[in-house]
Formats: sequence, structure tokens, C-alpha cells
Amino acid sequence: MDNEMRALSTIAQDIAQVARGMGLDFYPVNFEIVPAEALYTFGAYGMPVRFTHWSFGKAFYRMKTQYDLNLSRIYELVINTNPAYAFLLEGNRLIQNKLVIGHVYAHVDFFKNNRYFSRTPKDMIERMASHAEKIHEYELRYGREKVERTLDAVLAIQEHVDYRSHIGIHCKPVNEAKVNQPVKLGEGHTCLSDSCSGNSCSSNSCVGNSSIKGQSCVKPQMKNRKKRASIPYEDLWRDLLEDDHELALQPEYEDLLLYIMMFAPGLEDWQRDIVSIVREESLYFYPQIETKIINEGWATFWHARIMHELDLTEAESFDFAIMHSQVVQPSRMGLNPYYLGAKIWEYLAKVKPLDDLFELRETENDLSFIRNHLNRDLVEELNLFNFRKVGAQWQVSEIEWEKVRDNLVQQLVNGGHPSIVVLEGDYEGKGGLYLKHRHEGVDLDIVYLEKTLTLVQFLWGKSVSFETIVDTKKVIFECYNGLISRRQPS
Amino acid sequence: MADDIIVSRDDWSLHRKGYLDQTRHKEKVEEVIKQQMGDLIVDESIILTDGKKNTKIPMRSLEEFRFRYDFNKKNHTGQGTKKMVPGEIMGREQVKGKGAAGSGAGEEPGIDIYEAEVTYEDLAKILFEELKLPNLDDKKRPLIAHDRPEFNDVRKKGLMANVDKKRTLLESIKRQAFSQKQNKEARVRISPEDLRFKTWETRPNFETNAVILAMMDTSGSMGQFEKYISRSFFFWMVRFLRLKYENVEIRFLAHHTEAKEVTEEEFFTRGESGGTRCSSVYQYALDLIDREYPPVHYNVYPVHFTDGDNIGSDNTRAMSLMKRLVEVSQVVGYGEILRTHYSSTLMSTLKRITDPKLRLVTIRDRNEVYAALKTVFS
Repeated sequence: MDNEMRALSTIAQDIAQVARGMGLDFYPVNFEIVPAEALYTFGAYGMPVRFTHWSFGKAFYRMKTQYDLNLSRIYELVINTNPAYAFLLEGNRLIQNKLVIGHVYAHVDFFKNNRYFSRTPKDMIERMASHAEKIHEYELRYGREKVERTLDAVLAIQEHVDYRSHIGIHCKPVNEAKVNQPVKLGEGHTCLSDSCSGNSCSSNSCVGNSSIKGQSCVKPQMKNRKKRASIPYEDLWRDLLEDDHELALQPEYEDLLLYIMMFAPGLEDWQRDIVSIVREESLYFYPQIETKIINEGWATFWHARIMHELDLTEAESFDFAIMHSQVVQPSRMGLNPYYLGAKIWEYLAKVKPLDDLFELRETENDLSFIRNHLNRDLVEELNLFNFRKVGAQWQVSEIEWEKVRDNLVQQLVNGGHPSIVVLEGDYEGKGGLYLKHRHEGVDLDIVYLEKTLTLVQFLWGKSVSFETIVDTKKVIFECYNGLISRRQPS
Repeated sequence: MADDIIVSRDDWSLHRKGYLDQTRHKEKVEEVIKQQMGDLIVDESIILTDGKKNTKIPMRSLEEFRFRYDFNKKNHTGQGTKKMVPGEIMGREQVKGKGAAGSGAGEEPGIDIYEAEVTYEDLAKILFEELKLPNLDDKKRPLIAHDRPEFNDVRKKGLMANVDKKRTLLESIKRQAFSQKQNKEARVRISPEDLRFKTWETRPNFETNAVILAMMDTSGSMGQFEKYISRSFFFWMVRFLRLKYENVEIRFLAHHTEAKEVTEEEFFTRGESGGTRCSSVYQYALDLIDREYPPVHYNVYPVHFTDGDNIGSDNTRAMSLMKRLVEVSQVVGYGEILRTHYSSTLMSTLKRITDPKLRLVTIRDRNEVYAALKTVFS
């Protein structure tokens, strides 16, 4: 261990002590110093090891270019696992690392205590590494083109899984557990994950895991599934009829990936596995997406407090002030989550005891955080406003604080993604998939919709219909053999 | 608590994953470029650069499609450095170049616009992969093909001037190494049997001779569009020929009612006016071929671009001259640029020539230049 590492290690331990003394409660953290390129790879892939896809290469290229042009700089990256991993940028100055280490502990405290992370696997690095291996094997066995095509399609709809089913059963009403599993395959439940280990299966892709505990997890019976695949929806209909009552309770299935994984007529087993892999990773990442503001705010709020506790030299204090102000720099188009989040936490710290803050970090996500705590004072202090496009110009539309808050809340619903549900898996008796967009006031991007629909159709195999509203009129897009048509139902 | 914290450093220099996937992204962008070649090669920014090597063509990188909201129909929340007033204008939608599919996501944060770049050279490389001089005849070469010496052999006998010093030394060392008695002095001695000589073979220098006669209508009826299209065509043609073929000549002929030879620069920049008599340029071309490029020795490729607006009385003459041109050429390209659905009388006249060496194309839209290039040069 060289001197720098020894020094860092001592500092990390000192800061950990300070942070714990202030009430933060985090998993052990492994810090690793990495060069910029490695850090940008992790940033682009979201994980040190992940499967191969051109979209990650594109993200990597963008991040790297921005770094090369000095447009942006990541100082650290934290992986939500236990132990947690944090990567520090090689060449960070000591004072930068001090700030970053404080920031990291606060993130890990958030991961450990916030309820939205209670279901994320704590060994995700190993899981993703094994996913990467599996996908690589599929590439060797079925060809890179085929695997890529499947991934292109699955990644296009990766957001459309039912995140709430993975928050933890204690958060859900009892009967929802049943409704949430609209269709049962065979006896017990089926886990399509290869990592399914039977009774104690804890795989996120384990279908049964989300809702029913204590049931044995059986490997899919291949014979049975093949039979089902040959007579599409035969089983589906029977099950639906048997579960008529539950169907009535929730006729709209929210987990599009799960539905495709289980019922798409033309998918091969390895393709179903890819769907399951992407779904598991999506479920892992989603809590990070829906807690961006509150989590970055929390880490920023705490790194500032921790730094005040440390004995800094005058020069260090100056450096710290500059760096902190860069982190919380307001941005004009859009919002800087670090800034917004930290401001709300600072405000709360002024009016509430610290214990309340710790409780809030356990229970809230961005949506509730903004809805409950973004008040008039903050909206005015931060100069928040709404804007929209009028003709060819972007114009300030509203500045009333409630409208600003409500607009922000609306943007956070469902992680900012449109809500798409499955209505039918045998539309018009022809095996078509019928999807519906729950229109919540904003139309969809039609170009993107049509392109994405062809990808869904590729996965589903048969026709796919998609119901939405365009300019206040109901429109149904239909995709068959990659061709799109649209009609307006009378 | 001490054991909670591990600080480490690994060797990441072999971590190439990001680059590998980046390469795949680039490959996919190239596929898209191939699909969009028609649009790209008539891009003004390229034609106007005159092919400077480092020109970068902005490309929209591959999009990752998903169900998403229409950015332009959404109400957004932003943050000001001061108190904002409702109705205040924050910015205009940026007008992006063509090719930006759908909504111009001008100011959308985090959306990737134009981040993959292709250089002019990349584009040329992809384009020229598909083009060639058709019917190229290798036998056509100057009667006196000059011989070119090629040093490609080593022999034990030869002229002292051609001693291959390196090999000679090597032989000497080899010999002494094998010899039984060790030479204590360890000096390199060169004996006559060590000598090696370079020697050459004479080979006839095969060079295929080809000439392109670029003929362009510069009459008054040629509008901005027509000129632009024909120049785009010739622009790529010239670059393609110079890059791929060493020994090809290009002669530039401009015509209205009369034809004349112009310099390359004039050809690409100057406009003229007046009526059109296509036969004039065909006659000029035939004379030129006759004088300087006898078909026995030359591969001749006349390519003519016009709006087809020919003086009616000239058509018969034009056709008979064209027939002769076709006879003496490897391939003749005739391109007509017109935006109506009718074809010109000249075109319908020329259609009577059934020789496959005559390649007729009609360009109605800018993206058809690519197809025209492929029709003529394939």
C-alpha cells in the first residue's frame, strides 16, 4: 500500500467515525481508486461488470467526451450493495476525496435505510457479472446479431415493470399480493431465473418472490411450457376464467416485461432469460431513479455537515467551498437534483429535529419528498418556475408555487415514464397483445412510440395493439410484421 | 471499525469494455450512414467544403427507442437565477439541420443530438466501396508500355554495383559460424562465395488508361436545383475516381447551344445562360475522343447531366451522335434532372438506344444522386 492509499484509508476511517457520530448508519464501504476511463465505464454501465450492448458504448463515449472536453466530471460512484463499493477518481485531490467520502457514506446510509431499497439484492455485482456471462454465452451459441436484436427490444421497454411489487410485502395491502400475480403457471409458481435455487429462491426475477412467500420455487417444467407455447393462451384463458374474480379486481397488468417473459408465443428460452435478466436489473436500478433528488440532496447535505466537523486548513476550506458550490450549481433548463434536494433537506433541518430527518430518509422517495416538503418559501428562494413551448418558443408558463410543485410531482410519477399496461394477451382471439397507455395529461412522442412498438412486436411475435390519446382523441396503433397502422375507434 | 474500510487500487488498463461497445455503436452508426447515404452525400456542408479532409459531418447517433412523453407538449419545471415572470421567453427552438427525425429536441437536457461524427473520409470510403468503373478493359494501354524494373530476386552472380551488402555480410557470418576452425580474430572476412547480388526482372507496366468526359448543361434553363444536383453528382464522381484509380483523366465540358472545355474550377462554379443544344457537346466529345483518346487504347466514359430541356429540332442529331458515343465508350451516363413526372423528349428519344452501355437516369429528388452514381458506376 503506497502512502496515498494509507493516508486515504486513515481519512476514510476518520470520516466514517464522524459520520457515525452524527447518526448516519451505513454498510461497510470498499473504496477503490480508479482512472477516469474506468469510472466512466462504470457510470455508463451502472456497474463495474455488466453485459455488452452498444447503448452502453454510446453512453461511455458521451461521458468520456464530456470529460475530455472538461464539461463534466464525476468524482465518485457508489454501488448499492453490501458491502458497498465506491470508486474514487484517480487524481482527485485529498480535499476532494474528503468531500467525496463523506458524500459516499451518506449515500450508503440512504441505500441501507430507505425503504425503496429494501428489496434490492445486496450482491448485485455478482449477479450482474453472471448475467453478463450468460448473455455472452448466448452470443456464442445463437449469434451476436440475434442477441443484440433481442436486447435492443427488451431494453426499449425495460422501464415497464411493476416496481411496487418489489418494495416489500409489508407495504402492500394483503389482497394485492394475489392480484399481482394474475396468471399462474402450473403448480406453485415458476421462476424463470437460472439462479433459482428452489425453496429459498431470492431471485428478483423469481416470479413468485414478489408476492407469495413460503411457496416452493420450482424450475419451469420445460415440457409443460413447450406445450403451452404450442397452444398460445389456452392456459391463459383457463386461468383467467378460474380467476375471474381477481381479474375483475385488476384487469390491467403493470408488468409488461413479466407478461412478455411468460406469455410471448414466439420467444425461445434463452430470449425469455434475457427478458428476465433485464427485468431484474431494471428492478435493481429503479429505486435509484425514483430517489435521485432526495438521495443526492441527502448526500450533499451530509457531506457539507461532515466537512464542518473536520479540521480543515484554510486552503482546504476554500477548495471545499468552491467544489461544493459547483455541485449545487443551479441549472437553467431542468433542475439540478443535488441543489434542489440539498435545499429541501437544509430547510427541513431548520424546522425539524434531526430524528425526523432520519425518519424521512427511511420513508420517502422523490415524489413524496417534493409533494410533502417543497413549499412556497423554497419555490421562491430557488426561483422555480414552469415553462412550456408556445409556437417555436420556450416560455415561462407559471410561477405559482403550488403549480410548480404539482408539475414537478407529475413529472416524477412512475419515474418519469409513461404508464403502459397490458389489457389482453389474446386480442380478438388472434393471440395479439393489447397495450394501453394510461394517459395522464401528456401525449406520447409518436415517432418513438411507433419505433418502440415494432420492437415490442418483435418480442411478442404476433400483432401488438397500443391504445393512447393523441390531441384529446383516442387512437389505436397496431403493429404487425413490423408494420404500423393507426386507427381511431368510433 | 477499522476493518470496515478498504481502500484499494487495481490495474484497469485492460478494461476495454467501454471501447468495445463504443466500437459496436460506431459500426451501427455506419450501417445507418449506409442507409442514409442518399441524403448525406447531397448535404451542402459537404459539397461546399470541396472535400477538405477533416470535415466532420454531424450525425445523429443511434437512438434508443422507448415509450416517452412528447417533450414539446409537456410542461417543464426549471430554475432561474432570478425571479421569472410568466410569459417570459426563455429561448427559441433551435433549427437543426435536416435529418433530425420528428421533433427538434433543441434544448432538451440529456437528449443526445448529433453526437456521433463521421468524417468526410469515412463517408467517401463507405460510398466508394460500392462504386467502380464498369467494363474497364485492361488490355487498353499505350502501345509503348514502359518497362519497370523490379528488384525481386537475389543471385550469386551479378554486377558489382548491385551487391546486396546485408545479405553478403549475413552469408559471411553464417559461413564462419559453420566453419570448423574458430577464427580467433573474430573478424568478418568476405570471401567471393559470400557475395550476393540483387537482381531485377523487367515487367511491363500495366496501367489501364481511362478518361472521363464530364459534360454539364449550363444553359439558362438549369435552375439552382438542377445545377446543385449535377454538381453533387460530379463532385463525388471526381473524388471517387481520383481516390480509386491512379491513371484516370477527367475532362470537363460545359455546353449550352455550344460546347467548350472548361477548367475543373469553372465547371463547378460558373453558370451560363442561353438555350440548349445537347448535340453540341456530344460532337465535342466525339472529336476529343477521336483526337486524343483512341478507343483502342482508352477506356472512355462520357457522362452527361442536363435538365433535358433540349431544342426539339436537335433531338435526332443528338441521338445519332449519342449512338456513336456509345459505340466508342465503355459506358455512357446520361442523367436528367427534372422535377415533373414527365420525361423529356430527349430522354424518350435516347431510350430508343437499347445498348446496355447507355445508362439513363432521372433524378427528381436530391437523395436520388446516390442511386444515380450507383447506376452509372457499377
